[in-house]
Amino acid sequence: MERDKNFVLGVFDDEDVLLDAVSKVRGSGVKIHEVYSPFPVHGIDDVLGYKRSRLPIAAFLFGILGTTLALVMQFYMMKIDWPMIIGGKDHAAFPDFIPVTFELTVLLAAFGMVGVFMVSSNLKPWAQPRIFDLRITDDKHVMAIDLATNASLGEEKIGDILKSSGATEVNKKSFE
Amino acid sequence: MAQVSSYNLDQKFDFTASLKKSIMTVLGLGVALFAVGVITSLFGGHHDEAADASGHAYHWYHRVFANLWINNVYFTGIAVIGVFFFAIQYAAQAGWSTGILRVMLSLGNWLPIAGVLMIVTFFVASHDLFHWTHSYLFDKNDPQYDYIIDGKGAFFYWPMEKGSFPIFFIIRMIAFFGIWVFFFNKLKNLSFAEDNLSGSHDWSNIRKWSAIFLVLFAVSSSIAAWDWIMSIDTHWFSTMFGWYVFASWFVAGLSVITLITLYLKGKGYLEMVNENHIHDLGKFVFAFSIFWTYIWFSQFLLIYYANIPEESVYFVERLQSDVYSPFIFVNLALNFVLPFLVLMTRDSKRHGVFLKVVCSLIILGHWFDFFLMVQPGTLGHNGGFGLMEIGMLLIFGAAFVFVVFKSLAGKNLVAKNHPMLEESYHHHI
Repeated sequence: MERDKNFVLGVFDDEDVLLDAVSKVRGSGVKIHEVYSPFPVHGIDDVLGYKRSRLPIAAFLFGILGTTLALVMQFYMMKIDWPMIIGGKDHAAFPDFIPVTFELTVLLAAFGMVGVFMVSSNLKPWAQPRIFDLRITDDKHVMAIDLATNASLGEEKIGDILKSSGATEVNKKSFE
Repeated sequence: MAQVSSYNLDQKFDFTASLKKSIMTVLGLGVALFAVGVITSLFGGHHDEAADASGHAYHWYHRVFANLWINNVYFTGIAVIGVFFFAIQYAAQAGWSTGILRVMLSLGNWLPIAGVLMIVTFFVASHDLFHWTHSYLFDKNDPQYDYIIDGKGAFFYWPMEKGSFPIFFIIRMIAFFGIWVFFFNKLKNLSFAEDNLSGSHDWSNIRKWSAIFLVLFAVSSSIAAWDWIMSIDTHWFSTMFGWYVFASWFVAGLSVITLITLYLKGKGYLEMVNENHIHDLGKFVFAFSIFWTYIWFSQFLLIYYANIPEESVYFVERLQSDVYSPFIFVNLALNFVLPFLVLMTRDSKRHGVFLKVVCSLIILGHWFDFFLMVQPGTLGHNGGFGLMEIGMLLIFGAAFVFVVFKSLAGKNLVAKNHPMLEESYHHHI
């Protein structure tokens, strides 16, 4: 069976039931593909066992890039390319550079972080989103389980586990 | 899911004899270092004949007065910030902080002592700390008449004759301490009254008093900064100064609140406070360290850039002095570079070890900030960071911690009937 094609979906009404269900389902050896919710559910990343996001590292690196670019740019402009005496200060007057350095650091950290997030979350403008169940934008939580990664358990067993942990419906969904 | 009621909310802090002994040891160490510092400056100091002749001789006790003033202003600030931060929680209807409200409030117990110390120190040391207290500055026939200070005189002496008794200044000092102590007592009584009743009546009442206090604090803290610190360099002025002093106080106060919370947690108190609350305190310390840097730099950059002599004299006095210039960089390293780099990651704000180290160094760092505000204007090249400074800081620190712990002892550490206690317990970030 091919991965990322055939899914069993457990539909949940309540986020507290969902939180318990995630632990139960994972506890019985099922690997969860993803959980879709209409609103953020506190603590769900812990029970899903997600690793910490590496986004802050990207932000830090982009911030450092901004700091470096700003300092190099100003130093080149003020000291090498077109030296001018302003207010009797040295050509490369470091305190004067700080506001611009600060702004470019913030700008690049923010833009870099947004860009990395877009790419890593597959939010490219031309990306085709896969809708597992339209009701995840309204009032249902949906737990998607990839059949291929859980081939040893089988569709029926997964359905039973979902039902017993509180799912109100169990559906199947296939993508081309 | 766990409930907050599964914890013992009536837990009381036990101020043990061994803890008292350790605080007293620090106090004793402070006294010893201070005494050694005084003796060294008594016998080791050089004698400046020229200065003697002009009536401005430097004596060892000038340095004692300057030290008293630095620590007075610094610890007054930390104490009033405790009340301020408590009031902010109510005005903002904050839920996360409910478990640590009593820690914030406990800092205010230093305020009455600080008020007495401040007023006594002013009367004893006024001529040695504040240039503007000399009456000859306001006498047009005196050769030392100062046109600029004469113009500012009414700010200290109104409605009396300039150069006589600084009645306006004294009234402000008494009024500020009066307001702060009054609101501290009001908030403390209401907060502890809540322990006996449930419902939100007391909460609404505290919120009302907090809002009034915040308005008054905004004005009084700013004017206190001009009065107690900026007036030392009487000719100089900075429109950023109120914010600058407030920012310094605020970071130091937040660090003290964080340290006391971590200490109590380490001893098994405040069971319902978890790493999420510690994380938020860490964020406050991190954010307001950057806020302080922003204010410090805004004041510096404008003065540096415009380079007007009457403004830049403040930084010339500090940056071009052998005594003080290293401390400018110590100040920036401890209060900006260190918290910025160490507290940037999530883990360092959630684990007590990092916070304990950073907060302790920030408390020292902001003491250096006040050291740099007070000493150059009062002692000039006779100042410095020596045994006397370390000793006085230890004495004040130990006394402050003693008063705060004594006030925490024997009372409920958690506001158990606070309407947002459950919300605070489930705080998750």
